[in-house]
Amino acid sequence: MSQRVGIIGFGQTYHRSRRDDVTGIELINEAVRSALEDAELTIKDIDAVVIGNMDHFEAVNYVDTWSVDGSGAWMKPLIKLTTGGTTGSTLGIAGYHHAASGLFDVVLVIGWEKNSESDTTGAIITCSDPIFDRFSFSGALPGLAVEASAYIKRYGITEEDAARVAVRDRTHGANNPYAQLQTPVTVEEVMKSPMLSWPIKLLDICPRSDGAAAVIFAGERKARQMCPQPAWVHSTAVRHSHAYFCDVNYEELHTLEGAVRELYDHVGIKEPLKELDVVELYQPYSFAGLKWIEAMGLCKPGESPRLIWDGATDMGGELPFNPSGGVICTNCIGATGLLRIGEAALQVMGRAAGRQVPDVNLALATGFGGAYWSDLMLLGRRPW
Amino acid sequence: MTTSPEEHIIYDGRIKMPYTWAAGKTSSYFLTQLRDYGRLWGTRCPDCAMVYMPPRKNCPRCVVTDTTWVELPPRGVLETFTVVHFSEPSLQPMEPPYIYGIVRLDGADTGLTHLVSEIEPNRLRSGMRMEAAFKKLEQRRGEITDLLYFRPEGGGRQ
Amino acid sequence: MTDIAIVGAAQTPYQRCRDDANFAEMIYEVTCGALADAGLGISDIDNFITVSNDFWDGRTISSMAVQDACGSSFEGGRNVSTVEGDGTFGLLYGMMRILSGAYQTTLVVVHCKGSEGNMRQITNGMFDYIYTRPLGIEAIGAAALQARRYMDSYNITEEDFAHVSVKNRGNALRNPHAQLAAEMTVEEVMASKPIASPLKLHDLSPISDGAAAVILAHRNVADKLGRKPVWVKGIAHCSEAHFLGDRDLAEAPALRDASRRAYQMAGIKKPFAEIDVVELYDAFSYMEPLWLEELGFCPRGKGGELARLGATAFDGPVPVNPSGGVLSAHAVLVAGLARVIEAALQVRGEAGERQVEGPVEFALAHGINGPCGQSHCVVILGE
Repeated sequence: MSQRVGIIGFGQTYHRSRRDDVTGIELINEAVRSALEDAELTIKDIDAVVIGNMDHFEAVNYVDTWSVDGSGAWMKPLIKLTTGGTTGSTLGIAGYHHAASGLFDVVLVIGWEKNSESDTTGAIITCSDPIFDRFSFSGALPGLAVEASAYIKRYGITEEDAARVAVRDRTHGANNPYAQLQTPVTVEEVMKSPMLSWPIKLLDICPRSDGAAAVIFAGERKARQMCPQPAWVHSTAVRHSHAYFCDVNYEELHTLEGAVRELYDHVGIKEPLKELDVVELYQPYSFAGLKWIEAMGLCKPGESPRLIWDGATDMGGELPFNPSGGVICTNCIGATGLLRIGEAALQVMGRAAGRQVPDVNLALATGFGGAYWSDLMLLGRRPW
Repeated sequence: MTTSPEEHIIYDGRIKMPYTWAAGKTSSYFLTQLRDYGRLWGTRCPDCAMVYMPPRKNCPRCVVTDTTWVELPPRGVLETFTVVHFSEPSLQPMEPPYIYGIVRLDGADTGLTHLVSEIEPNRLRSGMRMEAAFKKLEQRRGEITDLLYFRPEGGGRQ
Repeated sequence: MTDIAIVGAAQTPYQRCRDDANFAEMIYEVTCGALADAGLGISDIDNFITVSNDFWDGRTISSMAVQDACGSSFEGGRNVSTVEGDGTFGLLYGMMRILSGAYQTTLVVVHCKGSEGNMRQITNGMFDYIYTRPLGIEAIGAAALQARRYMDSYNITEEDFAHVSVKNRGNALRNPHAQLAAEMTVEEVMASKPIASPLKLHDLSPISDGAAAVILAHRNVADKLGRKPVWVKGIAHCSEAHFLGDRDLAEAPALRDASRRAYQMAGIKKPFAEIDVVELYDAFSYMEPLWLEELGFCPRGKGGELARLGATAFDGPVPVNPSGGVLSAHAVLVAGLARVIEAALQVRGEAGERQVEGPVEFALAHGINGPCGQSHCVVILGE
C-alpha cells in the first residue's frame, strides 16, 4: 500500500576539486556514514539502497554492484539509476517512490562523482548522438552559452545581471562548510574573469568536484518514529525530452515549465514567489538563475534581473535561492541533484546551521541535465 | 525522388578517454608495501573480525567501522580456477592459454583473484596449496601485477 | 500479491547484428508493439522507464537516444526515469512508481546491441580497477571461476551443464524470436571449442541485438482493459558482495534472499510444486542449475540432476526456459525483461508453440546484474 514519505537523514562529503586520498567507493562510504549518523541509524535499519552517477566520468560499469563495499548494500535490495546531470534528482525521486510504494520502509539514496578522474567535457560530449550530433556538440558549456545568448538577445538582459546571480551563490557558499568554493566574489570579479564561451565567463559557471551525497527516505510510520521533524515529500515532477541537441528549443526551458506546472497544480501553488520559502536550484551557470526562475513562474519573462538586483533571492530576501551556494560552488555531478534535495531537506528540518533560512515550510529542489531535462521535488514541514 | 538500393551504413566510432583513478590511502599503502617489500596486507574489522583481502578502508558489512591492518602470508588455498583459451589481446596479460584462480591466503576470510602459473592445467585442483611469486624488485610499479602469479607451494614447474 | 498487472508486451526478434535499425528505431518498434498488444495509445501512458547502459551504448546518458522513440516527450513530456541494469530492475522501478500512487500506467523499454561494442572490454569494466581489471578478467573468465567452484563443491559435471545447453537450444526451436536454436547432443556440447575451462562454446550465450517493452498498469486501469491482465504476484531484488573472492561462488545468497521475499509476497510455499514455468537468466549453462538451487527448486548441490533427469524439460514437471532462455538469445539488459515477457505469455496461454502444457497459475522470471550474478531480481507472475 502506498504511504507518505519523509526525508529523515542527510549526509555529504566535504567537496573538493580532487580527493586522491580515497577511491570512489571510500568516498561513497563517507557520505553513507554521515547520513546514518545524521539519522541516528545503523546499516541494519536500511531496507534498500539506490545509487547513481554518470558512468563515463569514472569508467565503472555497473556502479551499483561495484560499490557495494562502500554503500552498505551487501545483501540488500540495490538498484542503479542514471540520467546525466539530473542523476542526483532522479535518485532522490527513486528513493521517494521506493518508500512510497510500500515495498520498503527505510531507503538509502546515494549520488556521487569523482570528476577529477577524467576529462569532464570529454565524457559529456559522448552524450550526443554519434552520427548526427557528436561531431558538432562540444560539451555542456557551448550549449549553455547558446541558451544564454538567445536569452540576452530576446530580453536585453546584461552580463552584469548574470554576474549578480553568481555573486549571490558565491556569497551563500561562504556559509556552507561542505562547499568546494567558499570565497565570495564581486560583480567586477565575475566580469573580469576569463571568457570561456560568450557570454559565459569562468566565474559564471560551476566547478567540477569530487563528492558524494546520501539521503535517507522513510515511510510515514518509520519517519515519525525515527525523526522529530522529517522533511515530507509533497510532490515530484520530471520532464525529459529529445534525442538530439538540434531539437532543443534554446529560447524556453519547456521541460522546467512543464514540470513546475504539473507540480504547482498538484499541490495547489498559485503564487510560487510567495508560497515557496526556499529553493535549491540546479543552476550550473549564472544565466540560468535569471531565465529559469522565469520558467518557474516567479516573474514575467525578462523581468528576473529586477528580482535578482533587489535581493529577493538572497538570504533574507523574499525567496532565498541556494543557501548552500548551489551548483556554482560545488558540482560533483551525480551527487549534485541529490545535494539540492538534501539541502532543501535540511532547510525544512531546521538543521541547516549557518545557512538556515528562518521558518521554512516549503522547499523546492530541482535537477537539470540531459538534453535540457528538468526534475523537481517539493518538500514540506507537514506531511502532504 | 531518386532511389538507392538498400544499404546499411556502419559508422565506426570509438570512445577512448584517459582516466586517473586514485587508489586512495588504504590501497596505496597495500600497493607500496607490495612494491617495496613484497608484503601482502589485508584489513580486519575490529567489530566483526572479518579479514579482507584485498584490503578495505571500511568493513563492507559493518559499513561504519574503519578496519585495521593485518599482514598476511604469501600462501594459501586455491578455491577455484579456470584455464582461459580465448584471445583478447586488448585486455589479457599474456597469450592464452593461461590460468586465473582465486586464492584464499592463510588467515584471510576472503580470496584474492589473480593469475596462476608454473603448473600443467590438468594438474590443477581446487584446494591445492599455493604461494605467491613476485616480480623482481626493480620491475615492481605499485600495481597488483607486482604479484606476478600464484604457483604451487614449494615451487612449481619452472 | 500486488495491484500491478502487465497489460502489454513486445520484443524484437534477437539477432547477432541488427544493422537495419538504431536504438531509437528498435525502441519505437517495441513501443508500438506493446501499445498495440495492450490496446492502448501513447496518450494513455503517464509514466516511462527506459533501461539502458552507457558502456554497451558507447554513450553517456544513453537514455537520451530513446526519449522520443518511447514517447516520453509526447505532448510536452511525461514523467520518466532511467534504470541502468537488467530490464527486470526497470520493471521493478516502474511498478514502484505506480504503487506509490503517482501514476496509473508505465511503459518500460529496454534496448541493447551487443554487436556494436566489445563485450570483453565492456564487462572487464565492471570490475574494480585496482585489483581485478589489470588481470584482464571479464564476464566469461569470472563465470568460469564460478562454474568450477560450483562443480567442485558438489561433484557436478560438465555433462550436467551440457544437458542444460541441449535442452535450452532445443526449446529455442519453438521460439521465433530466438537467435540460436538447434537440435544438439550432449556430446556436441562437450566437444565444442574450449573457451575458459570448464566452459565451452555451447555453454555460452550468444552476443545479441534486441529490444523489449512492457506496459504495466494499476488494477484500476488493468481491470477495464479488454485483455486478460497478468498480475505481478511477487517481486524482490538483492545484491551480495562485489569481489569474487568475497563470495562463495557455489552459492547465490542474494538470489535466495530475493526469491524468499518474492515467494512470501505471492504466497508461495513450495516453489517446485506451485510454480508452473520458469524463465531464468542463464547467461551460461551452469547458471540454470545454480539459480534453481537457490530458488528452492531442489536441495543444494542437486541442481545438476534437474536437466539430466528431465525435470526441467519442456514437457517435464517444471519447464525451465521453454523460450530457449538466455543461452539462445542474449541482448544484455533486454534478456531479463524478455524472461518476464515469456513468463507473461505463458500465463496468458499465448506462448504459441512454446506454450507449456496445463494452466499456468504461477510463472517465475529472473534477471541479474554484475559479475557472476552478484545482484538478482525475481518476479512472480500469475493469473
